[in-house]
Amino acid sequence: MEMINCKVNGIAVSVPKGSTILEAARAAGVEIPTLCYMKKINEIGACRICVVEATGARGLVTACVYPASEGMEIKTNTEKVQKARKTTLELMLSTHDKKCLSCSRSTNCELQKLCLEYGVDEGAFEGYKPVYELDESTPHLVRDNNKCILCRRCVAVCKEQFVSVIGANDRGIDTSIGSAFKVKLSETPCISCGQCVAVCPTGALTEKDDTEKVWAALADPTKHVVVQTAPSIRATLGECFGMPIGTNVEGKMVSALRRLGFDKVFDTDFAADLTIVEEANELVERINNGGVLPMITSCSPGWVKFCEFYYPNLIDHLSSCKSPQQMAGAVIKTYYANKMGIDPKDIVSVSVMPCTAKKFEIGRPDQSASGYPDVDIALTTRELAKMIDRAGLKFTMLPDEEFDSPLGEDTGAAVIFGATGGVMEAALRTANDWLTGKDNLDVDFHAVRGTESIKEATVKINGADIKVAVASGATAAQKVMEKIKNGEADWTFIEIMGCPGGCVNGGGQPIQPQYVRDTVDLKAVRAKALYDQDAAMSIRKSHESPVVKALYSEWYDGFGGHKAHHDLHTTYVKRTK
Amino acid sequence: MQKKISNHPFNGTPEQAAKLEAVINANKHDKSLLMAVMQEAQGIYGYLPYEVQKMIADGMDVPIEKVFGVSTFYAQFSLTPKGEYNISICLGTACYVKGAGIIFDKFAEKLGIGADECTADGKFSLTACRCIGACGLAPVLTVNEEVYGRLTGADVDTILAKYQ
Repeated sequence: MEMINCKVNGIAVSVPKGSTILEAARAAGVEIPTLCYMKKINEIGACRICVVEATGARGLVTACVYPASEGMEIKTNTEKVQKARKTTLELMLSTHDKKCLSCSRSTNCELQKLCLEYGVDEGAFEGYKPVYELDESTPHLVRDNNKCILCRRCVAVCKEQFVSVIGANDRGIDTSIGSAFKVKLSETPCISCGQCVAVCPTGALTEKDDTEKVWAALADPTKHVVVQTAPSIRATLGECFGMPIGTNVEGKMVSALRRLGFDKVFDTDFAADLTIVEEANELVERINNGGVLPMITSCSPGWVKFCEFYYPNLIDHLSSCKSPQQMAGAVIKTYYANKMGIDPKDIVSVSVMPCTAKKFEIGRPDQSASGYPDVDIALTTRELAKMIDRAGLKFTMLPDEEFDSPLGEDTGAAVIFGATGGVMEAALRTANDWLTGKDNLDVDFHAVRGTESIKEATVKINGADIKVAVASGATAAQKVMEKIKNGEADWTFIEIMGCPGGCVNGGGQPIQPQYVRDTVDLKAVRAKALYDQDAAMSIRKSHESPVVKALYSEWYDGFGGHKAHHDLHTTYVKRTK
Repeated sequence: MQKKISNHPFNGTPEQAAKLEAVINANKHDKSLLMAVMQEAQGIYGYLPYEVQKMIADGMDVPIEKVFGVSTFYAQFSLTPKGEYNISICLGTACYVKGAGIIFDKFAEKLGIGADECTADGKFSLTACRCIGACGLAPVLTVNEEVYGRLTGADVDTILAKYQ
C-alpha cells in the first residue's frame, strides 16, 4: 500500500494514500469534531464543523472529505479554525429552537456538546426562522424539524436501509428533511427500524416516548404490571450509565426493574426459546408437506414490515410464528394469568426492546391471544434508562438479581437472539438434536456468526446438507429477496433482521456519538457480551428450556398443536408502497 | 422558498402516459438520467404532480422521495399546473423598481391565487419570473406568448378582461 507522510498539529503520521485529513488526524490520535460525517455512509462535507487549516489548501478545508497529501501540515485547532467553527454553530442555532432543558437528547446531543465546548452565543444571529409542525404520525418516532441541523445522517442511513422514505426537500433556508409531497411518515413505506433515530446528532428524531404510560400503570393499584426484556438489552443498557460498551448488565437490569415497581420481571428469552421450538416445528412441516420454502424468520418487525411493503407477493415465506416479544406477551396473558388467577384485562404487559418497530408491532392485528393485546407498551432501551434515572436509581451500584419465575429462565440459544445469526444458530442446535435423535455436545455453529450483512452456510445435519442464509439490514434483506423472487435461491431456512448486525444495533439501543460509531464496531462488541453469556450457560438449547418444557406439558397440546397455533402464530398483510 | 404543491385533480391522458413511458424506457438503464426524464415529463404534462413523479420513480427504479427532492430543489420544475393562460410577471430589478410587485399583488388579489398557483377553473395561473430582457418596457409581463409592457395598475383589469 502506498503511504503518505503528513503532520497533524505537529505530530508526524503515515497513512495510506487517499486517506482524508480526518482519517490522518484520527491516526495521529487527534479528534476533529464532526456533525454530518458518518464513516462510509455519509461523507458529504456539508456541516463544515470539521474545518481545519492545511498547507497547500486555499482557506479552511473540510477534514472529512479533503485528502491528506505528502508533506501536508494540518492544524486542527488554530484561532482561525475555532472562530469558523463557532460561527458555524451560531448559524446552526439561528434556526434551532434551543429547547434544551427538557429535550430528550440533552447531555447526549452532539450539537449541544460542541456549543458548550466553543462557548457559543446562542442568540448571535436572529432572523427568518422556519417553524415546522411535529410529525407524530407513526407509533414509533417523532420528527421535530425545529431541532434539525440538516446533517442528512438520517437520510443517509435510510438509504443504507434501502427504503429512502426521507430526503432533503426544497432549497436554501427552507430546506427540510421529510417525505415526498410532504406526506407524514405514516403514509410512506417506512419500516419503523429507527436507525434514523439512532444516528440523529440532536433531538430532531426521537422514539415516541411511552414512559408516562408505564409510570401511570405502575401507579395504578388495580393493575398487575409485568415487564419482559429482550435478549440484547442486557448487553447495551449499561452504556446509558457510562459503563463500557459490551458490558453484560443482566443482574442490575433486573434489580432496577424490580425497584421501579414492576410486579414481575420476566425475560423475553423464554419466548425466544419458544419461538425456536415453534419455528423448527413449522420448518419440518413445510419440508415434509411441500410447504413454501425457504422459510424466513419473523422475529424482527422491521424486517416483516419491509417484506410486506417491498415483497408483498413473498409474504408466504415468512414463518407464521409471532416474534418473541409477542409470544412472551401471549404467554403472560394466558398461561401466567391462568396460573396466578389474574384476569388478563388487569395485566399491563410492558416490554423493553432494542427496537422502535416493536412499538408498531404491538398494534398489529392478530396479536391478542387472550383477547387483549399481547403487549400493551413497548419501550426502547433508552426509555428504560430514562425511567431508571428519574427513579433516582444508581444503576452501577445496584446488586445483581435474578428474573422472576416462572417465565425468567432462559438458555444460551435465546441469549444469542440479540445478534445477527443468533436465531439461526439456536434453530440449528434444536434441529440437529431433533433430526439426529441425540443430545449433541457440539453446539457452536461458527459459520453463521459474525457481523457481515449476508452469511451463507451449508450445515451437515444427520448426513443431510441444509443450506441456510443469514441477513441483517434491509439492504441485505433486499438482496436475499431478489434471489428468491428470481428463483435463484436454494436455501431452506433464512434468518433476516431489519437492522444491520441484528438487535444489538437496533434503532432503540443507546445512542453513541458518531465518533464512537466510526471507531468502535458496536455490533461486534455488543454481540460478544451475548456469545460470552451463551458459552457460560449450562442449558444452551431452546428445546431443553425448563419453561418451554413446562408450557408444552401443562398448557399447550404439543408442538404446533391447535392451542399453540392460535396463541403463538400470526398473519401478515400485503402492503402497497 | 417552499415549492407549492398542486391540489388540482390530475387529468393526465393515456397519450401522455404513453409518451412518458417511452421516455422512461429510453432512459431507465441509467439512473443519473433522472433529471432529463423529469424535464421531458414536465414538457409532456406541464408540471410534475404526484402521479407523474410516481410513474417516474417506479419506472426509473428510484425512491419517489429522490424525485421529489430534485423537483423541489430546481426552480425550473413546477409542481403546479399552468392555467390556459399563464400570466408571468417580471420581478427583475428594473421591473421591480418600476412597481411590478404592486402589479403582481393586484393580479394575485383579483384571481385569488398566489405565485405558482392556478385558478380552480384552470383558466389562469400566475408566475413570478426574473428578467426577460425587455427592461425598456418595464414593468413587463407575458400572457403565454403575448407581451404587455409599461404597465400601470389600471392595466390589470383590461388584460384579464381580454382573456375571460
